[in-house]
Amino acid sequence: MTPPEPQAAIAATGLRKSFGTHVVLDGIDLDIPAGTVFSLLGPNGAGKTTMVKILSTLIRADSGQARIFGRDLDREPDRVRAAIGVTGQYSAVDGLLTGAENLMLMGRLHGLGRGRARRRSTELLERFDLADAASKPASTYSGGMRRRLDLAMTLVGGPRLIFLDEPTTGLDPRSRRGMWEIVRELVSEGVTVFLTTQYLEEADQLADRIAVLDRGRLIAEGTPNELKRLIPGGHIRLHFAQADALDSAERALGGSRDDEALVLQVPSDGGLASLRALLDRIDGASLKVEELSVHTPDLDDVYLSLTGRSGTEQKAAAR
Amino acid sequence: MTTLTRAARDSGTMLGRQLRHMLRYPSMTLMLVGMPIILLLLFVYVFGGAMGAGPGTMGAGPGTASGSRTEYLHYVIPGIVLMTVASAAQGTAISVAMDMTEGIVARFRTMDIARVSVLTGHVVGALIQSMLSVALVLLVAVLIGFRPTATLGEWLAAAGLLLLVSFALTWLSVALGLVADTVETASNTPMGLMLLPFLSSGFVPTDTLPVVLRWFAEYQPFTPIIETLRGLLLGTEIGGNGVLAVAWCAGISLAAYLWAKRLYNRDPAR
Repeated sequence: MTPPEPQAAIAATGLRKSFGTHVVLDGIDLDIPAGTVFSLLGPNGAGKTTMVKILSTLIRADSGQARIFGRDLDREPDRVRAAIGVTGQYSAVDGLLTGAENLMLMGRLHGLGRGRARRRSTELLERFDLADAASKPASTYSGGMRRRLDLAMTLVGGPRLIFLDEPTTGLDPRSRRGMWEIVRELVSEGVTVFLTTQYLEEADQLADRIAVLDRGRLIAEGTPNELKRLIPGGHIRLHFAQADALDSAERALGGSRDDEALVLQVPSDGGLASLRALLDRIDGASLKVEELSVHTPDLDDVYLSLTGRSGTEQKAAAR
Repeated sequence: MTTLTRAARDSGTMLGRQLRHMLRYPSMTLMLVGMPIILLLLFVYVFGGAMGAGPGTMGAGPGTASGSRTEYLHYVIPGIVLMTVASAAQGTAISVAMDMTEGIVARFRTMDIARVSVLTGHVVGALIQSMLSVALVLLVAVLIGFRPTATLGEWLAAAGLLLLVSFALTWLSVALGLVADTVETASNTPMGLMLLPFLSSGFVPTDTLPVVLRWFAEYQPFTPIIETLRGLLLGTEIGGNGVLAVAWCAGISLAAYLWAKRLYNRDPAR
């Protein structure tokens, strides 16, 4: 494991981009420490891919500045390119070449000799479970295999920062979990990951920090837990064995009751202090609680609370 | 590593990719070389008997149909060879456009490699394909009775000229492939290149054409190129055509190269 680098992997201020009159990014600031996973969360059309294209030197921002490991995107694009790897939403593999040839091509372009390129290819094919399909054309691969080959190609040059633009969109749940495992491995090796996703769960699973992108602006940023705490809707569920226990609990604690399930929901921010206070009141009233569970809001609630629209509505609005 | 050796190394890698593509997808190569061969046979065997070495001019005097067929074969070969080169160039436009729709080029753009290598790989690959096609077409021509009078030096000069033409048309096709929004457009726009040889001295002498066409045919680049090639292969008068041909090729190459480079470097705002 490499020690964390002091430098920011990505430092951007005031990035703006419009296509014609359509403003896609409207003043984005980013500060992403090396060795972390940063997730840009947003529905289709929010500007995630544009963000990745700018940061990976594919297109230029209209204004604003960005540095990747201290290298300016506009002034030293080649130094930036040497440090990054990009795996996009639409796989960037050569369908006419075999899996092994695709990897060899990357190796050669990274200046590896034939022998080293071949060893690196073999190693990556094994690691990404593609060894059996190594000599088949990539066009015959399944969606999950293409995505794995794509990521393997990105890794040939040993990038320090990887952009994963919706890496699991269109994958089945099993392939998705496989992809998550791979991302976790990369992070444990010290690679910085910039992940865009429209899956709330994915950001929650992988990211150290999440930023929510909505109509070209970052409307919230923080750890998954910070984001969840930003919004109301958290509660503690108390489950009781009998109706009279539920009655006395309601008298003592308030909250809303569900007679059928014998459950009392008490509002709470999910923090330790409020939980402790609640437990004290339960003890004070000598209540017999069968089961207690803390419900923290999921990221769908984050959307709803931050924008007044749910993630799915946002998707519809963006179309 | 200097920028130039870097560019050469990356272009070599890209050429390798291009050659593999040709091997994997031979139907395109076959179609591109098959078309000029079919046209050659069509012209010689369908029109050849009636045409001679161009109606009303060199084919003076009554001859046998098979005699004038052989004469027309000799007359039409430079035009057919040019169509072969144009046809290979058309393939380049298609493969460049296909490349641009694939994510792989976006990947190349985000890599620290010589940018132009993506395009030079296409161009060198197309040159190789084009020269092989020309060799095949000439072989078929010889089999059906083509007997060039060229010396070794003239053969080399002809090969050099064809390389120049191929280079110019290929860069032009790269640009056309880049400017096209879809693969369909890319396969259609270079059709003009295939048709231009018809409106030149390639199939009939220009003075048999109506006045507007004749004017066009005499001043368009394919005519001096075809006349130079005819002179090299068959010993006809070249005159000022040689210089004109080379100048056209150089001009088209430079303009098309700059155009293609600009198109490739622009923001892919798709």
